[in-house]
Amino acid sequence: MRLSGRFGAYGGAYVPEILVPALEQLEAAFLDAQEDPAFHVELEELLTKYAGRPTPLTRCRNLGADRARIYLKREDLLHGGAHKTNQVLAQALLAKRMGRTRLIAETGAGQHGVATALAGALFGLETRIYMGAHDVARQQLNVFRMRLMGAEVIPVTSGGQGLKDAINEALRDWTASFADTHYLLGTVAGPHPFPLMVRDFQRVIGREARAQILAEEGRLPDAVVACVGGGSNAIGLFTDFVADEGVRLVGVEAAGKGLDGPEHGATLQRGRPGVLHGAETYILQDQDGQISESWSVSAGLDYPAVGPEHAFLKDSGRASYVGATDAEALDAFAALARTEGIICAFESAHAVAHALKLADEHEVILVGLSGRGDKDMEQARRLLALPE
Amino acid sequence: MSRYDAMFRRGGNAGVFGAFVMLGDPDLVTCAAILDQLVEGGADMIEVGIPFSDPIADGPVIQAAAVRALANGTTPADCFALLAGFRARHPDVPVGILTYANLVLARGRDDFYQRAAAAGVDSVLVADVPLLEAGPYAAAARAQGIEPVLIAAANTPAHRLAEIARLGGGYTYCVARAGVTGTDQQARFDHQEMLDALREAGAPPSVFGFGIARPEQVRAALAAGAAGVISGSAIVERVARGEDVTAFVREMKAATL
Repeated sequence: MRLSGRFGAYGGAYVPEILVPALEQLEAAFLDAQEDPAFHVELEELLTKYAGRPTPLTRCRNLGADRARIYLKREDLLHGGAHKTNQVLAQALLAKRMGRTRLIAETGAGQHGVATALAGALFGLETRIYMGAHDVARQQLNVFRMRLMGAEVIPVTSGGQGLKDAINEALRDWTASFADTHYLLGTVAGPHPFPLMVRDFQRVIGREARAQILAEEGRLPDAVVACVGGGSNAIGLFTDFVADEGVRLVGVEAAGKGLDGPEHGATLQRGRPGVLHGAETYILQDQDGQISESWSVSAGLDYPAVGPEHAFLKDSGRASYVGATDAEALDAFAALARTEGIICAFESAHAVAHALKLADEHEVILVGLSGRGDKDMEQARRLLALPE
Repeated sequence: MSRYDAMFRRGGNAGVFGAFVMLGDPDLVTCAAILDQLVEGGADMIEVGIPFSDPIADGPVIQAAAVRALANGTTPADCFALLAGFRARHPDVPVGILTYANLVLARGRDDFYQRAAAAGVDSVLVADVPLLEAGPYAAAARAQGIEPVLIAAANTPAHRLAEIARLGGGYTYCVARAGVTGTDQQARFDHQEMLDALREAGAPPSVFGFGIARPEQVRAALAAGAAGVISGSAIVERVARGEDVTAFVREMKAATL
């Protein structure tokens, strides 16, 4: 490896020896591409003309407007329906550069699977998506979208049948298939170089948002708030604000049914350091080191580990991490729909929920609206008892 | 002399046969009896898994064994107790643990290796710790007199094989093919460059694992220049079916002579 792959004590490349050459090749392709103007030209063209960047920054006209000015960075309007597309297009270009003919990916809510499927279709790459069987059941629409774009969706029946298990299965596939296959990991977790590479490909969110809010407000926001599962949209939004010391960075984890019980995905608040899926990071686990099953109403935050850079940002104190419960997220989801006419993903609703809590302390709040809520309509209809 | 050195010396020109089972599968009491059957069948060294919830290097057979062991409540403490019992019954048979980093780290790396040493374990292989990350694990192991077994693969570059030779102990675990553990894909033994490089670098003896389920594969591996083989999934499948494993181990061991 050319880089250390560490964020303080966290990160690294904890994979079977046989995968190390594949990670080295990926790191080399990534670093070479970063130096290659042609790569940036092609990626920029894809991001603007195919995916629809830049995404707008929307000031809430109603939501919390009596207390603060809440701005939404609208990744929900990106092609594919979430921020995932940003880095998927970049990794797909790398896969082409490396001569790979096949993509594999894991998915939780299905947003990363959809983004990978669209890239597979666009670039003519055979695509297989691993998805926990429990998530397949609760995200049927996204499963259909992936299949419609030609991807094969494999329900994973091991463990808790969620995102963690889908990553296990994708890693197992890759140990046999790395010669012709790129593992298009969907977040800032996993072994080096994924956390660094995915962050760099998602930085565009914060770069745009910082310029947009300066243009709107003539000042930086007081707080930047984003939901954290694996943590890619949060890192993407935070990174260009890290040097702005006056800006508070807040990651919102899934508090599920409450942080006092076991049913949540609050890795940074309730976990402790260990190794999972190739990285040293905070993990929900028992005293012996067995990984715990996480819980969240949103499949995308239902993950017992977290990207290693978030572990570093937490320990260094530069970012703080809080929770929003299922119920708080659902309330925020409904409130955003009712007051702003925006239906966001359950994941993003966690960030909105916390922004509303901050509205009494801060004047200007920037929220990462990481995805749209179409995929959650079936669940929302069941969970929200609307009057006839 | 370490138990591994003594074993390789005892064998003379014969290859060594290593037998793998998952501790706590199907339960602790039966597992203790199975460990004895492995020795009775002629296994030269015993490799054991400590069940982990998320074994990314394992295929369906060993995953299922870990699920069974965890379902009946097997903990690392139970595993160390089981191994201490085995050590009391079999003072000379080398025992190696194959497990995952998070179990090693759970109570601190040093604590894990201390407990392994106290149970009479000879080596620890951590499946998700490649050479790049192995330094602190190898140091902590050696501090307790435990051999850190490292993995070499056909795609591991020569400079890294030399490092594996320097850092590793006990034996060198050579993966016979890409992929996860299991019997469904054929092992391959045309890894002459890897074996030569390891030998030239003075690595601990090369032992092939992954996909070794039949006597003719044992003979092929030894003919290719390996010092031995490890069979895992083929044994674990028999455990899952409730079969006696002695006959299978005897047949595999016979192929090393």
